[in-house]
Parts: sequence; C-alpha cells; structure tokens
Amino acid sequence: MLETMRQSTNPDICKAMLEAVHKKAEQFQINNGRLPVYMEVCGSHTMALARTGIKQALKDSVQFVSGPGCPVCVTAQESIDSMIGLAKDERTIICTFGDMMRVPGSTKTLLEEKASGKDIRVLYSPIEAISIAESNLDKEVIFLGIGFETTIPILAFLVQMAVEKQMTNFSIWMATKLVEPILRYLLEAAEVQLDGFILPGHVSIVLGESSYQYLPQEYGMSGVITGFEPAELLSGINKLLDLSLKKEAAIINDHPSIVTKQGNAVAQELMHRYFYNSNEAWRGIGNIPSSGMDLKPEYERFNAKTKYQVHTVTVKKTKCRCGEVIRGMISPEKCPLFAKACHPLHPIGPCMVSTEGSCSAYYHYMRESY
Amino acid sequence: MNKVISLAHGDGGELSHRLIRDLFVKNFGHYKEAMFDASYIQLPANNIAVTTDSFVVKPLFFPDCSIGKLAVAGTVNDLAVSGAKPLYLTCGFVIEEGFSVNDLEKIVSDMANEAKAAGISIIAGDTKVVEKGSCDGVYINTTGIGIIQRQNVIPNFKSGDAIILSGTLGDHGIAILTARGELGIHVPVASDCSSLNSMLEDAVQAAGDVRIMRDPTRGGLATTLVEIAEDFSLSLVICEKDIPVKEQVQGACDLLGFDPLYLANEGKAIIIVESEKKDAVLHALHMYPEGKDAVCIGKVVKTEQPSGQLYLETLLGTKRRINRLAGVMLPRIC
Repeated sequence: MLETMRQSTNPDICKAMLEAVHKKAEQFQINNGRLPVYMEVCGSHTMALARTGIKQALKDSVQFVSGPGCPVCVTAQESIDSMIGLAKDERTIICTFGDMMRVPGSTKTLLEEKASGKDIRVLYSPIEAISIAESNLDKEVIFLGIGFETTIPILAFLVQMAVEKQMTNFSIWMATKLVEPILRYLLEAAEVQLDGFILPGHVSIVLGESSYQYLPQEYGMSGVITGFEPAELLSGINKLLDLSLKKEAAIINDHPSIVTKQGNAVAQELMHRYFYNSNEAWRGIGNIPSSGMDLKPEYERFNAKTKYQVHTVTVKKTKCRCGEVIRGMISPEKCPLFAKACHPLHPIGPCMVSTEGSCSAYYHYMRESY
Repeated sequence: MNKVISLAHGDGGELSHRLIRDLFVKNFGHYKEAMFDASYIQLPANNIAVTTDSFVVKPLFFPDCSIGKLAVAGTVNDLAVSGAKPLYLTCGFVIEEGFSVNDLEKIVSDMANEAKAAGISIIAGDTKVVEKGSCDGVYINTTGIGIIQRQNVIPNFKSGDAIILSGTLGDHGIAILTARGELGIHVPVASDCSSLNSMLEDAVQAAGDVRIMRDPTRGGLATTLVEIAEDFSLSLVICEKDIPVKEQVQGACDLLGFDPLYLANEGKAIIIVESEKKDAVLHALHMYPEGKDAVCIGKVVKTEQPSGQLYLETLLGTKRRINRLAGVMLPRIC
C-alpha cells in the first residue's frame, strides 16, 4: 500500500503521465477543433487537481469544469438559514462538520452564533453527537446532516444507534444529496458541453462501479473513477482521453483496489433502512425530485424538521454566482465577487467557504501561478 | 499538600507559600530569588533580546511532551531563531481551581528539565488561581531574555539564497490533534517540541552568518515563509518533492483534510542562508538528533519585490502561489 502511495506521488512517473495526457489532448484538439471538457464531480477532486498543479499544467490541453460535489456548496440558502436558525433555540446543542461553521446565512453564520454563546460543536466524528446527547439529557442534540452518499450511511448509523439506545433528545436535520439525480439533471439541462466525468472517489466506494452504467447507456457519456494523488488523477484523465479519442462511452474503474463493482452493500442497506429518496432543493437549481434522502415516517422522531419549527427570514439576494459555479456553467473567477468582496475571510457564497468548494480551490491554488 | 489546587493556593496565604516553596522554588532552584520581589541579573548593556509567549495548549499532556516543556522550548526557540543566546526565563501561571497538584508537579518538573537541557535559568515566576470554569486547567506565560550575538539584525538577502528546513513538518500539530482523542484515530507520532538553541548556535557559527532564522510554529512553514517574503519583499520558491513529512503525518493529513505546510511545529527552524554556506549549515544541523532530517527545500528567487510572494513548485513542476492560512479551523495547538 505504501509502495503504491509512493508511486502515486513519484515526480518522474507523474511527469511521464502528464506528457502522455498532453499528447492525447493535442490529438483530441486536432480531431475536434476544441479542448476536451471533463467535469470533476467531487469537491475533493477539484481541490486535488488544483493543489497538485494538474489543472495549471493542463490549462492549454484539457478544460476542467468543477461539478456539484461539494456538500456545503449545493445546500440551498433556505436550508442553511434554517440550520443556523436552529442554533438560536436555547434548548438545542447543534453538532456539525467544521465546514458549516463559516457558511454565510442570510443574517449570521454558525460561528457568529457560537461566539454569542450558542452551544454549537464541531465534530470530527458524527458518532460523538450520540455521546453528547447521552450526557446532555435536558438538551436536544441536532446533527446537521449534509453530504452525499459518502456521508449518508454514517447518518443512518447515527439513527441506528439512536434507535437502539431509545434516545429521545437526538435528531438530524437532513439536507443530504444524491449523485445520480444531479448528474442526470446536468446532462439533461445540457448547459455545459461535456466529454466525460471524473467520478467521485469516496461516493464510488459506497455505490460501486456498476451504479454509473446509466451514463454511457442513456447519455453516451464516459466516466472514470479515480483516486486523489497526482498519478492517480493523471491516469484517470489518460483513460478518459483514450475513450474520447475512440469516441466510445464507458465507465472505467481506475481505482479498483478501493472501489468494487457493487460498492459497499452494508452501507447501502443501512441508508435504505432508515431513509427514503426525497425531493431536495439545490442551490441555484431548485427542487430536483428524489435527489436527496430523508428519514422514513417510522423514524420521524429523529427528524429535527418535524421536531423544530424554524422561522427564517427571506433569503438575502447577493451577486454571488455559486449556483452557476456548481453547475459547471462558469469558473469561479467569472463571478463579479470572486477575490474582491468574496474571499475566504469574508465568504459570500458557500463555494468560498468549504475546503471542497470550487471558489476556495481557485482562490487558494489557481489565482496566481506561473 | 492538598491534592487539588484551591483558590487559597492563590490568595497569598499559607497555601500559596507552601505551593511556591515546595513546588516552584524546589524545581526551579529559586532559593535566593524567592526572598525578593524581583530577580537581579547582570547582562551586557544594549545587547538584549526579549520575547514573551503564552501557552494555552489542549491537552496539557501529549506524547513525549507537556505544556511545561512547550512553555520553555517555545520561548527559548523564539530567542534562538532571533540570533540571541537565551539565558533567563520568567514564568506566570494561571491555574484553574480544582487542578490536580500531581499534574502541576509534572508540568513544573518538565519545565525545570527543559530549562536545564537548554542551559537557561528560570528566574522569576507568578501564580494565580482562578475559579473553576474561568480557565482550562493551566495557562502559562513565559518571557525570555537573551544576549544578541549577531551583528546584522536586518538581513541582506540575495537571489539564490538557500531555504533550509531543520526537519519533518507537522509532527507537533498532528500529535496534539490526535492526543485530543476527538478524531478516533491513533497516529504513532510524537511532538517535535524541543529547545534548538545549541543546534542553531552551531549552525550560525558554521556559516559565519545566516540571513534569517524563524521557527515555523502556529501557521506552519507556509505562514512563516509568507511573512518573510512580505516583510523583506522577496519572491521565494519551495519544492514539494524536497519538503520532509513523515508518512504517518502525511497519512493523517490526507485523512483529516489538513495540509502539512500549515501544521504547527515546536522543534523546527527555517534558516535562510547564502547558497555557498548551505552545506556547512546542513552539516552542523545533521550533528543533532533534532536536525538529522534537515534539508534544503527551496531558494530566494528574487529580491526587491514590492509585494513578497511564496510559491510552491509541485511534483509536476508547475508553480502555485501559497497564501496565509485562511479560515481553516484547528484546535488550540500551542
């Protein structure tokens, strides 16, 4: 394993693969009169492509479009406002992943609520929320459930623990999202011309390689499942280019030591045991049917949305174009606020806050390279 | 002596007296100083460096280290990288009511041991006890006094100057994060906390002079180099492939989403030196266990840049700008 890791960051291997990508991309350009366009679905890939310098090295060869895979970024403003609103209730302890703390609500952030004395806790492991609830029986512990199929099984596990422990003071505010509905939406909306997807690594561990067959079969679109190290990314891009040059559509699992054909059956079963496919609102897009998961009626007692009524103010309109960024329609620097009014210390949209956000990736890694 | 610290330990009465006599005076060897309200020291005039630092690390004890060792080494290193020979330290304790006396003893004894190892004396101290809940265990402030040994305090950087790092990045940051027990993972890495004054004195002597030394503590290597670049109007480039990071630290970073460039270190120094003197400095550093992994990680590429910049050359050979850390939340680490 360590040997594999060393190879995936070996500069000589990486440079040779980069050369191969350049050559194939050049051929694509000769054949098609334009650059190949690939969307990295996952926010961690957006970060990895920028951090490793691959996006910069390929800027004249391959056009990368950031996709909708950053959980914080795709969460609708109303939903963020509701989550922040929950913290105002003195009876609650809000548990959340760190990324949510600085996301701007229409009035305040969770960080500002915490500074004013509200009980908000950043957890590295969601399971901690259960022990917090057990030792604070006079408070309602609410976990802010954002995330894709990578996170949903963990949320299901929390519900399982809460069921087993017969807890009455624990609930989840579900705002989860699913990958397939959003990819179908993007392909059907056809706002961006794409030649293939760099499919999410972590989500694929849960879903498995076979879950993406709708892409080639129904849309004639290719996808490659790959890791996050430089050589893994370059290998994946190489394979996508092979398919594009042959004008073939297929799903390639370039991460087979981690991602299996059928995925993690235990995680999938857990998700479907406690949750059903629900309509979800996406930032900048609106409602997409069956594009998220919510608690089944028999587990409604763990649903923070039914336990707590949150009154939110009307969503404040800004010039933030996060909605278009997550659909791959514009790159972050096209937003009039980027690196001016909106920067990591004063984020206006969630894409600038999250460590997986496209705007944050551009701000940190892409603004000034030479 | 009571088993926990009470407010009476800080009120100046009998318990305060006993705590000072049995713990601080005994460990720090303060018999003479304790008779007066101030310590009397003699230093050459006009050549004194002074620095102060407060330590609020959580947890107080972590692999191979404690807040006590950190409070001494941290201040000693601030003097050492400033080109001063550390001589004296003062310390101020703020202790939470109910704190274990055993733990306090361990902390004070760690301070005394580290002071001995660094060849310095702790010459003045103060203890305050605050009500339970008003602080988190123990906070320590130390102030260090040293004699400036270098002639040129304002460095004269040149293009081509080498950037040397004295060892692996992020050991302290990851040791603290995992010692908090909140991550649910075990990473076999100890804090690098140690006093570097002897090693750095040798390194400077080997080179005759260096341009600048800094210790990349809070904010890590990236933040410290960005500050140097901005303060002295330099363009700096560091090479990703040359930056030493332990495999277990890199693994933990990958898992948790941290970048080792921004993780805290407590026993590392950055030394910028004329390129011809690079090997002499590296040779001197390699003589010490704390400097065995020392390596050249980059260079000064341009001077007189109106706005200083730090760039990273990636494994692929592309360069990208490195900025100050913005908005990533980490627990208290020093």
